[in-house]
Amino acid sequence: MKPIQLRVNGQAVERDIPDNTLLIDLLRNGLDLTGTKEGCSVGVCGACTVLLDGQPVSSCLTLAVTADGCEVTTIEGLTEGDRLHPLQKAFIDYGGFQCGICTPGQIMSAKALLDENPHPSKDEIQSWMMGNLCRCTGYYKIIESIQAVADGKVST
Amino acid sequence: MITFEYVEPESLEEVLALLEQHGEDAKVLAGGTGLINLMKQRLVQPAYLIGLRQLAHSPELAEIRPNSGLTIGALCSHRTIETSALIQHRLPLLATTFRHVASVRIRTAATLGGSLAHADPNQDPPPALLVLDARLRVQSHHGEREIELSDFFVDYYETALEPEELITTVIIPPQPADTGTAFLKFLPQTHDDYATIAVAALVSLDGDTIIRARLALGAAAATPLRVRAVETALRGQAPTPQVIHAAAALVAEEVDPLADFRGSVEYKRDMAVVFTQRAIEQAVTQARGASGNV
Repeated sequence: MKPIQLRVNGQAVERDIPDNTLLIDLLRNGLDLTGTKEGCSVGVCGACTVLLDGQPVSSCLTLAVTADGCEVTTIEGLTEGDRLHPLQKAFIDYGGFQCGICTPGQIMSAKALLDENPHPSKDEIQSWMMGNLCRCTGYYKIIESIQAVADGKVST
Repeated sequence: MITFEYVEPESLEEVLALLEQHGEDAKVLAGGTGLINLMKQRLVQPAYLIGLRQLAHSPELAEIRPNSGLTIGALCSHRTIETSALIQHRLPLLATTFRHVASVRIRTAATLGGSLAHADPNQDPPPALLVLDARLRVQSHHGEREIELSDFFVDYYETALEPEELITTVIIPPQPADTGTAFLKFLPQTHDDYATIAVAALVSLDGDTIIRARLALGAAAATPLRVRAVETALRGQAPTPQVIHAAAALVAEEVDPLADFRGSVEYKRDMAVVFTQRAIEQAVTQARGASGNV
């Protein structure tokens, strides 16, 4: 067991966890933050994407002990009260999701992109988002949703 | 997930002492994108996992430093190398190659040293580093040594690294003027996939004579593969289409790819020849217009 202290969506969290706990399991099972989904479990599909100190990571490949002292942001951390994040609003308005299981990962990856590059080109969006798979193949709508936020077309 | 004890030393000396103490019972964790997958599949079952996170700001392990060539700390992430202004200026081949690796999310976590120690023959960086004559500085509790990257890869997921050793730095020697390079990754499927075949080429010209050539392939054998037969066939020749065609044809005998969903053995062998030819052509074109950078 290891003691860890981190901030998750702005809240201080302290836990004693087994050394082999994955970050996704800490989030989903330990903190009931089930917005983050587990897809492939090998870092390929992007469903489990969360931000670790602002950087996108696969929470299925990240040991929770290595998040000690870090700030973790999940899909639950994007809303302010009842107000959706512009990316969340855009994915609704522009049909950026179908079955929805990849959506939290898509939005967290998109957030990392816009944090680094607020006005990406379509090519830059496609290149950045290629690591987030959508088995419904709704890629055009996902790109449109992100582009809409980048173009300032979405108000919340 | 298997069970293990995670330790996170504060210094390189402590890491090396723990490696000395635990030997094969320990594994070093950097970005984790390779190792955690192997542990999930129980292919690797370390009793101790030594996290390098506290060394993330160590100058030696985490910085990119210019000298006559360049040294890159083993803990630099793929994304750091891809986006480094220094690398983009001095070694655009590496910036291009690292940009081809997996996805932004993986490149953010995966480190240079970690990927080399992982020694998956399908990776993109090893062929590019091989044509640049990269060397690895490795340290243990007993001292340090340098290993030529061309001597480092031993077999499928096996390297010349001893259990108590850690890769600390990758050294890229300076390249002569009039040198051109190319990295081509042939991907019939998605961009974040491993290559069907990947080729890196380097050519140095003196007038219209090739004075130095390097060629290496990824996804072509049990290890990243440097093909000296092609290099020898090019050296001393003028880079005519006939010379390049004949030299590229030699890779067919050298590659030993595995059949998988990215292609059959025959297909990969054919594509190795095609992409070797294209890579040499691109490197020659770049060398003719070179300003001293590669």
